[in-house]
Amino acid sequence: MATTIDYPLPKPAASPAEFSFSQALWKWVATVDHKRLGILYIATALIFFLISGLMALTMRWQLIFPLNHLVEPDTYDRLFTMHGTTMVFFVGMPIVAGLSNYLIPLMIGARDMAFPRLNAFGYWIFLFGACLLYFSYIGGSGLQGVGSAPDVGWFAYAPLTARAFSRGASTDYWALGILVSGIGSLATAINVIATCICLRCPGMTLSRMPMFVWVMLVDAWLILVALPPLSAAQIMLLLDRHLGANFFNTQMGGSAVLWQHLFWIFGHPEVYILIFPAFATLSEVIPVFSRKPLFGKPAMAGAIVAIGFISLGVWAHHMFAIGMTAWANTFFAAASMLVGIPTGIKIFNWTATMYGGKIRFSVPMLFCCAFLLQFLLAGLTGIMLGVAPFDWQLHDSYFVVAHFHYTLVGGFVFGFFAAFYYWFPKVTGKMMDETLGKWHFWLMVIGFNLTFLPQHFLGFLGMPRRIYTYWPGRGWEFWNLISTVGASIQFFAILFFLVNIIKSSISGEPAGDDPWDAWTLEWATPSPPPEYNFEKLPVVRSGRPLWDLKHPQDPDWKYQ
Amino acid sequence: MAGIELVPIPAEEMEQEWKLPDRGTVGVIFFIVMESVIFLVFVMAYLIYIGKSLTGPYPKDVLHTPIAATICLWSSSLTVALAEKALEKERLGLFKLWWIATICLGLEFLTATGLEWKELIYEDHLTIATNLFGTTFYSLVGLHASHVCVGMLFLLIVLGVTLLGFPIQTQLRRVKFLSWYWHFVDAVWVVVFTVVYVVGK
Amino acid sequence: MWEALAFLLQVQIPGAPEHRVADIFKPLASPAASELNMAKLTLAITGAIFVVVGALIVYTMWRYRRKPGEREFEEPPQVYGSNQIELAWTVLPVLIVFVLIGVSARIIRGVENASPPPAPNVTLHVTLIGHQWWWEVRYPAFGVVTANEIHVPVTHGSNYVTYFRLESADVIHSLWVPQLAGKTDLIPNRENSTWIDPPQPGIYLGNCAEYCGTQHANMLLRVVAQEPADFQRWAANEARPAVNDPSARSGRALFESLSCINCHAVRGTRAQANFGPDLTHLMTRQTLGAGVLANTPENLRNWINDPQRYKPGCLMPAMKLTDQELNQIVAYLETLK
Repeated sequence: MATTIDYPLPKPAASPAEFSFSQALWKWVATVDHKRLGILYIATALIFFLISGLMALTMRWQLIFPLNHLVEPDTYDRLFTMHGTTMVFFVGMPIVAGLSNYLIPLMIGARDMAFPRLNAFGYWIFLFGACLLYFSYIGGSGLQGVGSAPDVGWFAYAPLTARAFSRGASTDYWALGILVSGIGSLATAINVIATCICLRCPGMTLSRMPMFVWVMLVDAWLILVALPPLSAAQIMLLLDRHLGANFFNTQMGGSAVLWQHLFWIFGHPEVYILIFPAFATLSEVIPVFSRKPLFGKPAMAGAIVAIGFISLGVWAHHMFAIGMTAWANTFFAAASMLVGIPTGIKIFNWTATMYGGKIRFSVPMLFCCAFLLQFLLAGLTGIMLGVAPFDWQLHDSYFVVAHFHYTLVGGFVFGFFAAFYYWFPKVTGKMMDETLGKWHFWLMVIGFNLTFLPQHFLGFLGMPRRIYTYWPGRGWEFWNLISTVGASIQFFAILFFLVNIIKSSISGEPAGDDPWDAWTLEWATPSPPPEYNFEKLPVVRSGRPLWDLKHPQDPDWKYQ
Repeated sequence: MAGIELVPIPAEEMEQEWKLPDRGTVGVIFFIVMESVIFLVFVMAYLIYIGKSLTGPYPKDVLHTPIAATICLWSSSLTVALAEKALEKERLGLFKLWWIATICLGLEFLTATGLEWKELIYEDHLTIATNLFGTTFYSLVGLHASHVCVGMLFLLIVLGVTLLGFPIQTQLRRVKFLSWYWHFVDAVWVVVFTVVYVVGK
Repeated sequence: MWEALAFLLQVQIPGAPEHRVADIFKPLASPAASELNMAKLTLAITGAIFVVVGALIVYTMWRYRRKPGEREFEEPPQVYGSNQIELAWTVLPVLIVFVLIGVSARIIRGVENASPPPAPNVTLHVTLIGHQWWWEVRYPAFGVVTANEIHVPVTHGSNYVTYFRLESADVIHSLWVPQLAGKTDLIPNRENSTWIDPPQPGIYLGNCAEYCGTQHANMLLRVVAQEPADFQRWAANEARPAVNDPSARSGRALFESLSCINCHAVRGTRAQANFGPDLTHLMTRQTLGAGVLANTPENLRNWINDPQRYKPGCLMPAMKLTDQELNQIVAYLETLK
């Protein structure tokens, strides 16, 4: 009847104590199980998050006072380049891949992803690309011929990346590391799309698919069409640097602006690619903790699809200062403001989900609530940046830094924390500590807002980005000081998070199958799920199969 | 809620048969979508830089429209389709014939490209570094040629295992995917040919 | 850190210009002013949205929290959605966005397409060329070449608008003097333009606003707006070749014999190169090294001795001069008024 993939049930697994260390290691290295790969992705992302976070803290301490000498100028340049590159490509993208891989098959009632071996390949090549970039610390050399890691900024504008201005190999490590890692992301994208289209359990029509899966499906689509322009641009850059090609060589008539177009054609959809896991998480966590279904699921699906298309056409709002024609500036300003509308609709729908509910403020829900307010602010500062004349003052200033950290930390990272606390019990079978979680949450809220709210004012006062120091008397001292204090508080917040992870992994309370009383299929498996996920592939009749089972008098499919 | 028993709905109650697309089909289609985007970027770069070279050689001086090679490549799409049809009917002899024809036509295309480049480099002194035309020409045509090479490699693998006795008719699905890839490569050539030899000259 | 504090107490911004706190909410020229109008409208609308929506979110969280004593298993009414509400909160944002788009379009056109009055004697044309990490400033009409400080006449009515032509010699830079105008990039092989019309005299501090390498942070710029008469005097002086003070003859001879002339120009001498800033009237500038040091003899001496100490990574090498050579060079440069 069904064309779902039916893998033969494996033999019962031996208990963990029976494996030697090398056998256990091999099980992780050679795995094609989507759950293990998901865990590998998230663990790798967390490691890079910590490394990159320390880079950020160093930068903030360099800027705490004017004319500070904590780090040398070229070290600072490497710090902001590596911080940005790491956070986007080696924290954000693996979290997208990790959450998709772990949760999608469980949520759609499948046994694994569509292409398990491609999945494994994707992870290892992603890791290889990341290691390639970090190898530059010992292998490359930057603008000054001293130092090592790339120092051209995470968007590496031409012609700063040309051989003439970027001597040594550090820019090549940047391009190659991301190019290679990008192959992994593309593999994941194809895998997610094929899984969502082809492996849904019987009865799960697209409209009954959980919102999480919808969002990650559109995310995969965006990766598929937005990452290739970056890969192409990086190939062009490498050809320029090593074969003498002239793509960005202004001396031979090439265009420095071409790089910007190609980069931002990737770069803008990329920021949506990064935020989607947070959107997806909110669409699962908020309903469960408000005890109501997601308000307006069709509208939410429509909004995410709309974002998936409109976001491909707004890229030049990163380029308002390059001297485009008035027509072009107006078009991109208009498109950028329009893409804010479906995002706003999502915020309204999440709020409406909470309205009339009985909200339980456990730690995942706390992070979602903070997300709502912080992302609202971020979206509105985004509108300010989309309004081209306002952007002419704000572009490349600390206002932009504030905006994107509000979306990425206040949005993406908070959403990730919500997902982590929500699904940790499923992955490990143990609950995380609520008290430590609340410490983590409140320190993050205070620290994060103290760090980045003042940066809006720094932008208003004329402080540009990417400067390793500044002169006193320009009105920037006070806000920089506050910002650094905030960053230091975030450091402690993350410490609480790490302690919580370790403590809960060792001695957390047993979680059971469904600790949150939730409604999607992953909560119908044991915690952690067995390798084959479901003993019998489920058959569903609505978007909330567990609600239907728990409320046989009042199932969802009666109303839909 | 431990050990929840999912009560399956009997098959008779489902409104229609649960049939979802084949995962290989979906995978190959979206892979082709992704490849198309990469080609699109190089095509855009080519178009943007038409006429912008500061020095020669210029396209109209050195480009000779590769009619023969193009006919060969497009015919190879026909032969690969015929090979696929033969394999569906399990007519292995005919399949091998059309498959070898495809490989030969593809090889002709690659050889012609190679010869064209040899002439451009050694006689016309056009390299990727010479000017914008050289940069965009070699990168775009080269990207396409490398895809032809990869396709050729897989065509040869299929031929190899078939000649060694492997029952290729059991892998019809995968042969089909390869033939789609080959059609894709041909379709890209339509675009590249038009942009380089028609519009750009 | 303590040395930073100590340094702080003694060091002020070299040549402390009056408008060093570059607050975009205090525009002092038309482009910045019209950008501020756009900003105020946008801030008003987005501020209102934040307050309203934020209040709704906070209210919802507070009002619908699970109260102690409520039974765990009682679920609230399961509401799936409402088409009317969806429509309402789609249409309203669309309308708001259209208002913003309309106003933006008008202001974009206003700032970008503002052409200066045709008559050249009431418009000042300045060519600004970005270098790593200094600004080359040319006045084609007067034959003036200088660096890092742009003098412009104050605008009276529509007279004496300053029109910039922006180019770059190496990588992408960006001109940003917040109180005068928004940013425009300086891109190699591309000519960009912008304009300002400061109505009052003053000195405005700006930064390069596009990361251009190691000393991007110290690529500062001063715009000095002067009354037209003062500006004419300044331009006339700049147009003259270098002062040839006989008392600094040995210094000049030494200067011309060293590799200084491979990078710098001093009009009227053998130094004709333009890799580095033009030094013809060095003493009329407030700072050295594009804003890194105040222009005093002591600083000039230290700069020439070891520029890498004050602007590490800049493209001027330490000249390794003896003390006596240094004295002579400084004495010569001090005469270039």
